[in-house]
Amino acid sequence: MLKIETWKKALVALICALGLAFAAPNLLDEQTAADLPDFLPKNQINLGLDLQGGSHLLLEVEVGVVVRERLEALVDTIRTELRKERIRYTGLGASATGVAVTIKDPALAERAYDLIRAMESGFDSELLDDGQVTMTMTEQTLKEVRIQAVEQSVEIVRRRVDPQGVKEPTITRQGEERILLQVPGEDDPEKLKSIIGQTAKLTFHLLDHQGSLADAMAGRVPPGSMLLPSIDEFEANGRPRMYLLKKRVSVSGDTLVSASLGFDERNRPAVNFRLDAVGGKKFADITRENLGLPFAIVLDGKVISAPTIQGIIPGGSGQITSGTFTTESAKELALLLSAGALPAPLTVLEERSVGPGLGQDSVDAGRVASMLGLALVIGFMVVYYGRFGVYADVALIMNMVLIVAMLSAFGATLTLPGIAGIVLTIGMAVDANVLVFERIREELRTDRGVFSAVDAGYKRALGTIIDANITTLIAATLLFAFGSGPVQGFAVTLAIGIVSSMFTAIWVTRILVATWLHRTKPKTLEI
Amino acid sequence: MRLRLLPANPNVQFLKRRMLFFVFSAILVATSVGLFTIKGLSYGIDFTGGIMIEVKTPEPNQIGELRSKLSGLGLGSIELQEFGAPDDILIRVQVQEGGEKANAAAVNAVKTALGEGIEYRRTEVVGPKVSDELFWNGVYAVVSAILAILVYIWFRFEWQFGLGAVVALTHDVVSTIGIFSLLGLEFNLATVAAVLTIAGYSINDTVVVFDRVRENLRKYKTKPMEELLNQSANETLARTVMTSLTTMLALLSLYFLGGEIIRDFAFAMIWGVIIGTYSSIGLAVPLLLHLGVERRTGDDEEKSTIEQTSL
Repeated sequence: MLKIETWKKALVALICALGLAFAAPNLLDEQTAADLPDFLPKNQINLGLDLQGGSHLLLEVEVGVVVRERLEALVDTIRTELRKERIRYTGLGASATGVAVTIKDPALAERAYDLIRAMESGFDSELLDDGQVTMTMTEQTLKEVRIQAVEQSVEIVRRRVDPQGVKEPTITRQGEERILLQVPGEDDPEKLKSIIGQTAKLTFHLLDHQGSLADAMAGRVPPGSMLLPSIDEFEANGRPRMYLLKKRVSVSGDTLVSASLGFDERNRPAVNFRLDAVGGKKFADITRENLGLPFAIVLDGKVISAPTIQGIIPGGSGQITSGTFTTESAKELALLLSAGALPAPLTVLEERSVGPGLGQDSVDAGRVASMLGLALVIGFMVVYYGRFGVYADVALIMNMVLIVAMLSAFGATLTLPGIAGIVLTIGMAVDANVLVFERIREELRTDRGVFSAVDAGYKRALGTIIDANITTLIAATLLFAFGSGPVQGFAVTLAIGIVSSMFTAIWVTRILVATWLHRTKPKTLEI
Repeated sequence: MRLRLLPANPNVQFLKRRMLFFVFSAILVATSVGLFTIKGLSYGIDFTGGIMIEVKTPEPNQIGELRSKLSGLGLGSIELQEFGAPDDILIRVQVQEGGEKANAAAVNAVKTALGEGIEYRRTEVVGPKVSDELFWNGVYAVVSAILAILVYIWFRFEWQFGLGAVVALTHDVVSTIGIFSLLGLEFNLATVAAVLTIAGYSINDTVVVFDRVRENLRKYKTKPMEELLNQSANETLARTVMTSLTTMLALLSLYFLGGEIIRDFAFAMIWGVIIGTYSSIGLAVPLLLHLGVERRTGDDEEKSTIEQTSL
């Protein structure tokens, strides 16, 4: 064990040198490190949100809403088509994952079934003996809808958060229906929640003039119409004013290409918008056909306003006005509209935010604690093992350098529990050397020569070191697998610490010890 | 002369005192289980859901004032406690009926009630859905860690060793939960991490002694088992003490200087180092005697190595 080939020594030296190089940028301030030439490593340790301050929001996409919308759209299509074909039906409605309708005339059931079946793909369809037609969304379709909704939400959240001028937000999909939003430096999650809290679904609807508003308010809403509250107009009794609208979307906000803050003719804040070619044409058609009639602008199920169409609006540009817009709220709405609508509302499942003060305090405390811990262990090792203790200390410091280097190079995130992991590693890292040194002490007592005793010490301790460390590594792996956020940070530093401590304790000290022995050839050894 | 914490050849009669250890550990485990069932743990919001807000007030000792501002909000149980400094206050609000949206509304209500001039150091809101998952993930992590370690030791040694190690390990985990219950310390995600690290540390310690037992089983074919086990524990004692000490030095520095958030975590680990060191010598090794380790353990191993090398 004491004859170490030159190439092995070179390899160990190379790893240590690389470690130093990758750890070094952490000594510089952020700007200097970023300005380093490209051939030099310049990554610094990435501080977790708990250390640099910031907000962490775990969001859930309410996918059920998307499914329901799609099913309701199918119900509408079935109604329209069956009426057009003059097929009488009953019991048309949507359930959680499907749509059902019963055809009254058994003779027409077959034809209706073919008609309905062709409307949407991705459904299992069935015609029962009593004339009931069912369309059930397949598992595959459900999954696709879910994935698409979540991916689209990630994109929209990104488009909404990015213009806030925050520094490097991370937005990632988690699991099937979740989004993790992490924004460093933003310690007020309320601001974030207000911009992701609305789906911002904009639609334009015609008012239903045939139907009676009073009837609808009494619960008899005509089929194909809906009753929606105003966002800012109120009745004398304090309840919001209600509008009876056609369910059919005349123009959808999907066709919106841009929105910006504007001002109306009375110089009140408003939102200017522009639609794409398709939306623009629809808008022009609708305004031409319905001149003089009111046209409702609906945002997230509430009527913003229902102005009367004064003239044909070509080109797809328009303005949304409302009595309650402030410059701020109009600007926010413009931002939300141009970022696009969320396919479904988001629920905040978990929220953690840390202010910059606490983060800095934690970093400082962590630094002091690890420095003192390191100093104590270093001192103790020298007092206890003398020269060998110094070798172990060199390995321990190298171990710290390697941990820092690996954290920087892999872009791992250092969290507060991660610092605890490093401090713990300081204490446990010397274990491998302690095992070896104690073993050497034992071997020396058996009247072996110095070389033979040291050699045997390393050889015999090796198996124990590996067994003992693998068990800790198992714990760290499971911690990573089941943990979340900061705890994973702890697992990462612990695991990196174990691996690098095995390397430094076994290789670095062994080379130091072997070199010293070969040079001085001591007759006796005190350890 | 170098500093020595122990005589060169310690000869402590660990095995002779094993009944004492067994009784002590049995009482410890029974008390822990009792405390856990009767008193329970004070779970942090990671596991119960709810709201935790750490604030810094402009003046020290304003806990009473803040309490009176918050008591009228009708948010259920609200706890306030000083957190490390007189102007640092930790506010805990119970999980709200009505799920995630109600929690968000409660945070707003608290912030509005506290008014201006308060520095929000930390805000954590955990909804019921996530807290449930975090809890079960914690349970899975601890249980699967223990099982994985059992399997590993079983492969590397013999089943008796695996069982002995796991008994010691479970003892450490259970008694850690016990001490958390006794002292009313907050049991949260970080505590689960600490428990798993304790598991790792404790098993690390046990493996070192077991390794020596295995070695001695091969070396001394005729030595009585009790004597052999005692000798193994003594031979590795210097290392056990030394490593526990260096780890303890690092942990104490973390406990006293690492900041308020990390303190309970450091405490759990300090406890773990003590209990883990004890259980390796006091439980894991003596258990081998009762589980009936067979001597052929060593022979088999040697034979198979010879076979392998001759291939």
